Amino acid sequence: METLVHAAPFTGYVYPNETIIPWTVLIVVYPYLTGLVAGAFTVSSMYQVFGIQRFKPVAHLALLTSLCCMLIVPMPLLLHLGHAERALNSMITPHWTSAFAVFGYAAGFYVILLMLETWFVYRPYIVQQAQRGKGPLRWFYQALSLGSHDLSENAMNYDRKWTFTLAVIGIPAAHGLHGYIGFVFGSLKAREWWSSDLMPLVFLFSAIISGTALLIVIYVLSCRLRRVPVDLPCLKGMAYALWGFMMFTLLLEGVEFASLVYRAREGIEIIMEYVRGPLLMTFFVLQFGVGSLVPLTVLSYLIWRGTTGRTLIVGVTASAALVLFAVLMMRWNVVIGGQEIAKTGKGLVNYLPTIGGREGLLAAASLVAMPFVLLWAAVRLFPPWQNAQVPSPVGPSP
Amino acid sequence: MNDTTRPESDARRAFLGQLGLAAGYTGAVAGLGALGVTQQVAAKGEAPSPAKSFPTPDYDWSKHQWAFGVDATKCIGCLRCVEACKRENGVAGDAHHFRTWVERYVYLEGETRPRIDSHHDPVNIAASGSEGEYRFANRYQDAKVEKAFFVPKLCNHCTHPACVQVCPVGATYRTEDGVVLIDHDYCIGCRYCVQACPYGARLFNEEQGVSDKCTWCYHRITRGLQPACVEVCPVGARIFGDMNDKQSPISLFVRNNRVQVLKPESGNAPNVFYVGIDREVV
Repeated sequence: METLVHAAPFTGYVYPNETIIPWTVLIVVYPYLTGLVAGAFTVSSMYQVFGIQRFKPVAHLALLTSLCCMLIVPMPLLLHLGHAERALNSMITPHWTSAFAVFGYAAGFYVILLMLETWFVYRPYIVQQAQRGKGPLRWFYQALSLGSHDLSENAMNYDRKWTFTLAVIGIPAAHGLHGYIGFVFGSLKAREWWSSDLMPLVFLFSAIISGTALLIVIYVLSCRLRRVPVDLPCLKGMAYALWGFMMFTLLLEGVEFASLVYRAREGIEIIMEYVRGPLLMTFFVLQFGVGSLVPLTVLSYLIWRGTTGRTLIVGVTASAALVLFAVLMMRWNVVIGGQEIAKTGKGLVNYLPTIGGREGLLAAASLVAMPFVLLWAAVRLFPPWQNAQVPSPVGPSP
Repeated sequence: MNDTTRPESDARRAFLGQLGLAAGYTGAVAGLGALGVTQQVAAKGEAPSPAKSFPTPDYDWSKHQWAFGVDATKCIGCLRCVEACKRENGVAGDAHHFRTWVERYVYLEGETRPRIDSHHDPVNIAASGSEGEYRFANRYQDAKVEKAFFVPKLCNHCTHPACVQVCPVGATYRTEDGVVLIDHDYCIGCRYCVQACPYGARLFNEEQGVSDKCTWCYHRITRGLQPACVEVCPVGARIFGDMNDKQSPISLFVRNNRVQVLKPESGNAPNVFYVGIDREVV
């Protein structure tokens, strides 16, 4: 029986049923991936909607990254469910009072939106490959072109209009999806650690920084692998965005924590014991120190000194990697942290993740890696690089 | 644009137009749905459709309103209720799955806060010798105890249950006669309800992949029997009955005592009424 593997040691008094942590590391991965989706989409929208030209080199890459992450988002949930085969019940008979009833629809809508937008953006490339490609890949592109090979100016204008519209709808959709996950946690009154009105905002801003950070890392890595120079204005733009949104994120997290402590409602003693004890490492040292203050300081220095060249690339990429780690720790501290503080307000549970098993660390790590395997394949089928032979059809119509 | 491409382009435009129209309709329907949802969410978890006879032809759930009482002044911590519940309902025989449990509150001389434990505490498990046997170790025999009492716990079958509110598929619901149940054949096993219950009354059955909880022995009470835990309690610390019957044990218990409920601030409106607990009870 798997039960006892999940049974967690505890201190103080916790309800007997609380000794098994209901939401495991898989539920840490779930908001992490959703955040990357929303963040990557934000980067893509900077160019597609707001027309910021310096984001052009990563716009398509951002869109593909968002799509690849989104395709994996339901996986941790399905793996977690006791009856994954009944998952569609939530769409067939949604129980609307549940904050979670809307997830299937929201995620489904967003996947379709992302696929449509990607299709419109890549249509010229698809048509070109459908006409000039060779072998089975040609059939693949021919099927994808849906029989329409029209690349006339009129058709391209039409595509641009759709891309723009979808990107505009995508902004509230992506951020709504992620803010709503914050709501799932923030609206749960049974847990003091989660029950906060700021939770959706904290989730949202941390999502944006994680997506931007991910794009920085992927972009620089892809440039190295392709042996092409990094577009410095683009990288700098992303560094600015990361720096700015990090300010908001840190501020919101700080305010949220401060109000929890300042309100000092029932159970605050155990929360403080938790914060000073088990959370000291993951929250203060890893999430705030290593993951947030260090990159923020480095980025501030780089921006202040007007650094450029290799130092800028290394500094920004390293900071971005740290931010990615910090956001993962933030998800951990919220999801696991909330469950380690007992509902009795008199005890702490200690979650020890298993290595193997359906809800173990290996499964979680595989799920985090999966979008990048998908992305690896996707960039081969749909090159997002600027020097792809087809003129880019993106951007709002003039 | 030349003539050969126009029909294709027109067809595509028409198709996309229709797609847009369909999306519009969907949006409108969702919008109207949302209005209904707002009302439902505000109303929290209410009773389902008022069927007349359920679950058996000779039981009419609209004629009963079940409630539970706990007289903590009577409980002796023998834990027969816990054992009876596990046997009656096939609950896993370990220290992590309970539909009902008993807490012990002990105030020692010179201490302002009670020491709280239950039978899942390692010291108590060591005393019984097994996770499947439930006992309170005599751990305070050498200490000076100022005050001590036991508090039986179980699902509160709330009038506004947070667990019912959060279930994404409606697998858990409140019956006409005031009992919160789970449809194990419909539960998807997401454990959102386990998180939402402020009382820790919900558990997860790993073997069946579904959530589980106390049903007040619904299979017994609808046949005129008492819940198993009430039946076996040797001191009458657990009281069960129909609030619609003014002379039932529970009606008398609530009427003749100053009762209180656990965590009233949660807004769940529990239906397990306590006598003889103090402010430190969690």
